[in-house]
Amino acid sequence: MEPTDTSHPDYYHRVVDCQWACPAHTDVPEYIRLIAQGRFTEAYMVNRHSNVFPGILGRVCDRPCEPACRRGRVEEKPVAICRLKRVAADHRDDVTALLPKIPKIKNGRRVACIGAGTASLTVANDLMPLGYQVTIFEQYGEPGGLMRTNIPSFRLPATVIDEEIAMITAMGVDLKLNHPIASMRELLASGGFDAVFVGSGAPKGKELKLPGREAGAANIHIGIAWLESVAFGHISKIGERVLIIGVGNTAMDCCRTSLRLGAKNVKVMARKPRGFFKASAWELDDAEEESVEIVINRAPKAFVVENGKLVGMMFDKMEYDLDAQGRITAERTIGEEFLPADDVILAIGQENAFPWIERDLGIQFDKWDVPHVDKVTFQSTRPGLFFGGDAAFGPKNIIWAVEHGHQAAISIHRHCEGQSVADRLAPGVNLQSRKMGMHEWSYSNDYAPVERRLMPHVSLKERFKKLNIEVELGFTAEAAAQEVQRCLNCDVQTVFTAKLCIECDACIDICPVDCLTITQNGEEADLRTRLKAPAKNLAQPLLVSAGLPQTGRVMVKDEDLCVHCGLCAERCPTAAWDMQKSYVHWPLAVDEARDLQAKEPKIA
Amino acid sequence: MTFIAKPKIAHPSLPKNGLGFTRRDYEGALSTLCAGCGHDSITAAIVEAAWELSIEPQNLVKLSGIGCSSKTTAYFVSGGHGFNSVHGRMPSIAMGANAANRQLKYIGVSGDGDTLSIGLGQFCHAIRRNLNMLYIIENNGVYGLTKGQFSASADVGSKAKKGETNFQPPIDPVLLAMTLGASFVARSFSGDKSQLVPLIQAGLNHNGFALIDVLSPCVTFNDHEGSTKSYAYTREHYEPAVHADFIPLEREITANYGPGEALPLVMHDGSRIVLRKCEDGYDPTNRSAAQVYIQERMKDGEYLTGLLFVEPSQNEFHTLNGTPAEPLNSIPYEKLSPGAKGLEKILSRYR
Repeated sequence: MEPTDTSHPDYYHRVVDCQWACPAHTDVPEYIRLIAQGRFTEAYMVNRHSNVFPGILGRVCDRPCEPACRRGRVEEKPVAICRLKRVAADHRDDVTALLPKIPKIKNGRRVACIGAGTASLTVANDLMPLGYQVTIFEQYGEPGGLMRTNIPSFRLPATVIDEEIAMITAMGVDLKLNHPIASMRELLASGGFDAVFVGSGAPKGKELKLPGREAGAANIHIGIAWLESVAFGHISKIGERVLIIGVGNTAMDCCRTSLRLGAKNVKVMARKPRGFFKASAWELDDAEEESVEIVINRAPKAFVVENGKLVGMMFDKMEYDLDAQGRITAERTIGEEFLPADDVILAIGQENAFPWIERDLGIQFDKWDVPHVDKVTFQSTRPGLFFGGDAAFGPKNIIWAVEHGHQAAISIHRHCEGQSVADRLAPGVNLQSRKMGMHEWSYSNDYAPVERRLMPHVSLKERFKKLNIEVELGFTAEAAAQEVQRCLNCDVQTVFTAKLCIECDACIDICPVDCLTITQNGEEADLRTRLKAPAKNLAQPLLVSAGLPQTGRVMVKDEDLCVHCGLCAERCPTAAWDMQKSYVHWPLAVDEARDLQAKEPKIA
Repeated sequence: MTFIAKPKIAHPSLPKNGLGFTRRDYEGALSTLCAGCGHDSITAAIVEAAWELSIEPQNLVKLSGIGCSSKTTAYFVSGGHGFNSVHGRMPSIAMGANAANRQLKYIGVSGDGDTLSIGLGQFCHAIRRNLNMLYIIENNGVYGLTKGQFSASADVGSKAKKGETNFQPPIDPVLLAMTLGASFVARSFSGDKSQLVPLIQAGLNHNGFALIDVLSPCVTFNDHEGSTKSYAYTREHYEPAVHADFIPLEREITANYGPGEALPLVMHDGSRIVLRKCEDGYDPTNRSAAQVYIQERMKDGEYLTGLLFVEPSQNEFHTLNGTPAEPLNSIPYEKLSPGAKGLEKILSRYR
């Protein structure tokens, strides 16, 4: 193998599994260390820099970081990254003074954002400090989009949403509430906007067209629309027996909300077996803790209506053959079953819909009526018109919408400056040694054999008394103090300088997880089998050095299970190994602005 | 030396030996030697060898004298028995322990100072008695614990860290042992575990005194230019003369050796050492020829390494003295002690 090019910004970034998995590239280990030091405000600001809504995401993020977490490979369970984010948000001080300063003199550019959800708010958050005037049009009377309408208040309290949105609106955003946009043509014709950002979400719940749908309509609800009505107080009751169709995260919110509105018997109906559920594991756990029954292998067949009223649903009982990988190879119906119900909620997906965008404005749509949006620049086929969040590529999670907003803000700025939107700043990585003395590092390098802490919940007796009692209580100080020690500090990188190595084997002998080997170079597939512990996880890269001075062999490190304990560097007599913190520089609009400004010709 | 203990966490796919132990179970306390010390690599090789041999930790006895090398018995197989003796007197302690219980495996770790200066006499007599033990010399050519003075194994012309040159000829433990009639003599290098690990395994299974002289660079006082025992110098001048594969009793010989390439030697317990000849005409079973060859190569400035001489059939101490097979602590007191009358009888023989 060629020596690994560690100067490539992706190499060390990838080693920080959580940061690599996070769409917004949050510097997770950095904020966890700050929490460990009790510096909650700083930890919050590290989060806010990347993900803008730490308090919200600390409760309801889909946590792509956690399945990626190296701790989950070294032992069973990953670090409770998301819960720690909430710790920072819960215990921080006032951050007003730390928020970006908004220039009094504006730059004269106006941007319209449609929909006051995550993506639009992020665009405003990134552009206001550059002097932009941002107007957000929102159809409802409160900002927040799906965060407010689709996530029940017992999971995400309104006060948390209000507080974090206020940080952005207080920058001077012109927030026009109760102001639906009925026509894109009119908005564009009204003039005065240098760029338009569509962050209107994916507000259309999928329909289930089965016999009896029209006749039983009064008691058949579309999940996201129903949750929205509950959020705004239009619905406050539901029947005793409720069936939820679908087993995604919206279904989990629907079943748990039903329990709080008077349902006694709630069943979630899944077409396939458990391994195929779309809902996150923890959301399933939380629903089942509340005695929601999840019924598998039932395919909806018909709504049963008697005397003009819904009485239940008919299902096909399904049976599946699975192969060794757990994939379905065959399916058949083995009978049918009737389940009585007073109400049925459909939670089988949602899509974006743009009836208000005229199709002759130069904004192209594909055959599924989804707009053509560039995956990097988020620009539509009409220059200066951008999409982000669920509106761009269909339903994803909040954290994705944040990153879309960041990227769209960069594009908007480049567009307004008359620059190509595609020609953007590249990411970078800076390294800084963590060596303090002979065997001292400015991070806690000892491995803490602590198991993942559990999130305490409000008792089952208490939590149903009101719709908005937040179920998760947040970590106690003790739990947080233990959980932070579980982080392996993957951002403190093992950096190797081949020319210093004397091949004494000290690092290899001390490595607790056998991830180092000095051996003859070879092709990657061959090399992976010849290491001290075979490197079977192909998703994790090998760090291969240049030829070593004395024998010409190479140092190979399998990044997979390194616990970043720094013992290789402590045992190294020549400091060929060093522990260095990697700062991943993921450009935002403000960096782009600085860069463009620096390139501007100076007037002598 | 490090400030934190080696984390207990291990690679999940770490293999287990016949006793269900992983290599990590054969580790000891954390080393307090200098970072990069060759001794730590030898410790790792002992751990690897003991794990592969599925030695029950309680059946291993670790003995040492004084010096950096002698600290290392604390760093492997923490479940074994240990005795850290007076400077240069480790062979006496080994002798006594071995006499009392011949069923345990004995591994002595010593240094060039402990063996070739203060303990030279003890070393020679342990060989003469063919004491059944593995004796490892961690040889770095300097007294590291007292800041780097030349030891008895320092080569003529070798330079100390501060620049002075050594003019006194060295004592070579390999040649010395061969002259004294040792039955298992090997030399290796801390930086070559593929050679060292099978040697340790063979040495532990050899029925008699097994010597491995391991070149083990002192990273603090003897790893500079001008030193003849630095990592760089050793790598340039060490030459594997013969490679030994150790094959335990229960395992088949699976490697493919061409005709005339390999010489299998059966040990007293039925396990085998397969010698692969790297050097033309070198015969590690011919004592006098081997001795001449080693000396000739030494004149050319080469460290000849590998299993340089082996004679599996020699009688060890217990056979020579007709001692009982079982450990003294399992022999009933009545049998072990002659009693007052018995003693009287014995003494009368000498009157």
